[in-house]
Amino acid sequence: MSQQYPALLVIVPLLSAFMISGAGWVNKRLCFPIAVAALGVAAYSCIGLLLRVLDEGVIVYKLGGWDPPVGIAYYVDHLNGLVLAVVSVVAFLNLIACKKSIEQEFPEKTGPFYTLYVLMVTGLLGIVVTGDAFNLYVLLEIAALTGYGLLAMGEERAPLAALNYLYMGTIGACFYLLGVGYLYIVTGSLNMVDIAHILPDLYQSKAVLAAFIICMVGVWLKMAFFPLHAWLPNAYTYAPSAASSLIAPLVTKVMIYVMIRLILTVFTPEFAFNVLAVSKPIVWLAVIAIVMGAILALAERNLKKMLTYVIVAEVGYMVGGAWLGNRAGMTGAILHIVNDALMTLCVFLVVGNIVYKLKGYAFEDLKGLVRKMPFTMGAFVIGALSIIGVPPTCGFFSKWYLISGAIQAGQYAFMVALLFSSLVNVVLFFRVIEICYYEPFSEDHGHGHDHHPEPMAEAPLTMLVPLFIVAAGLVLVGIYTGDIVNKIIEFAIPKGIV
Amino acid sequence: MGDLIEIVVAKYNYWIYITLMMIGLYAMIVKNNLVKKIVGMNIFQTAIILYYVSTGAKRGATIPILEHGHDGHAHVIHAADYINPLPHVLMLTAIVVSVATLGVALALAIRIYHRYNTLEEDEILAQIREK
Repeated sequence: MSQQYPALLVIVPLLSAFMISGAGWVNKRLCFPIAVAALGVAAYSCIGLLLRVLDEGVIVYKLGGWDPPVGIAYYVDHLNGLVLAVVSVVAFLNLIACKKSIEQEFPEKTGPFYTLYVLMVTGLLGIVVTGDAFNLYVLLEIAALTGYGLLAMGEERAPLAALNYLYMGTIGACFYLLGVGYLYIVTGSLNMVDIAHILPDLYQSKAVLAAFIICMVGVWLKMAFFPLHAWLPNAYTYAPSAASSLIAPLVTKVMIYVMIRLILTVFTPEFAFNVLAVSKPIVWLAVIAIVMGAILALAERNLKKMLTYVIVAEVGYMVGGAWLGNRAGMTGAILHIVNDALMTLCVFLVVGNIVYKLKGYAFEDLKGLVRKMPFTMGAFVIGALSIIGVPPTCGFFSKWYLISGAIQAGQYAFMVALLFSSLVNVVLFFRVIEICYYEPFSEDHGHGHDHHPEPMAEAPLTMLVPLFIVAAGLVLVGIYTGDIVNKIIEFAIPKGIV
Repeated sequence: MGDLIEIVVAKYNYWIYITLMMIGLYAMIVKNNLVKKIVGMNIFQTAIILYYVSTGAKRGATIPILEHGHDGHAHVIHAADYINPLPHVLMLTAIVVSVATLGVALALAIRIYHRYNTLEEDEILAQIREK
């Protein structure tokens, strides 16, 4: 059984998606249990796989028994074992947390929603587990197409925002495909490990350089790296809360994983950091991304949109960290994939709870919210502290690694950008917390009822419990950072990077 | 100048795909109508499909079906006699993806049309600004 985990984690959600779609016609109440079971199996397999990787090292799973490079193989090492566990757990928790809000926002469409949801998780898990460059493209498109559908189910402006995302996402995926095509014509292989074996003789080839640039631009488009971020804020803001709390934590993080995989496995660090002298310019781009993301977030008067710009800045953290070219920076980037997925999930679940109760997420709607939803806002404070980077929450530790990586590499601009962004985050989140804690609740429009204690109207338990688990996870991951780094991430980075 | 012509003629498949790709990109950036943008996107995807297909082609080669001899022994196979089937097979998948993308994009365009009663981007943006 445990031999088949790599296949199970893709096949079970894939087949369940069809079952959910069928069950939706018979009885809508069947959809949710099937989705929970499917993602539960996927999460169980992912965690089992991570534990096996810790014991045995890299696991190669040959689909259909065909040997690579002819067949498609799934490679699970410490890097994607960790990312797989994060993706599956985040998707599972979010599914449980969002049941109520899905029923409230579109009661007739629960069947299609769960189908798309589970298919999207299939795509994301597949991207992470696969060892074949073309297979990755196909799964990328599965995740993207279902994502457009999920995002478009939101408010009035959602379809337009989703269509804009579709244009940009398609260009990004096509660029990636084109880059893979260039790699294929020079190496004759699509297997990532095989390509990496053939490439060293071809480092001077212009086709390899073109492949590298085109792949990187494609992946940056998909992850909303600053100048290419324009699709993200609207698409995530107008989406239904259940969809945005799935997509916001996972899609950008999985694309960063793809970038790190391209650097570490396909093109090899030797090529990326030594043969090409592009580390410095890319870190500078990351600096601009962080600063601009922070400034654009400051300009927003709307909680959800503000958080989307925080994501843009966080993408800059991880791209910059990965391109510092040293061990601390790469550790920080990989650790930040885990932390940022959890942090973003936490704050977006909070937004989901607020939308569930208040139907709005502009700053004016949040006045005095702490008396109405004390538990939700408590979790928000933990998420906010983590994004700011206050110990012992996990956000502090990845930022610590990123900053020490920046100092080692002599990239002081990146260090300054990280500190600047942390300061801006303090302003951003304490502004929200101030509105929630100190401004009176606005429902009675100032008719002099200020002294009435607001009745508590907290979100249902099914939404609160997953939120608490995530909030506790932020602190636990922070406390066990040392173990995660020493036992997992240490082995995920090749020895060549010092 | 002679060199340039040689480069263009020798690698004409690349020039065709790049031209097509740029036509698609131009349509996506410049056109105001959402459906025209979607068509541009489809041209963009098709260009990449053509590029892949052209990389598999060889001069004077035939389709990659092996003929077995009468007594069950295979003839000696020269790879140069057969076109490379792998890019073509990959593109079957890519064609499916591009059809699916087109379908999703057109479905979104229909939703947008129902809400704003127009597919012209400037008119939609004007309506959003009014609210």
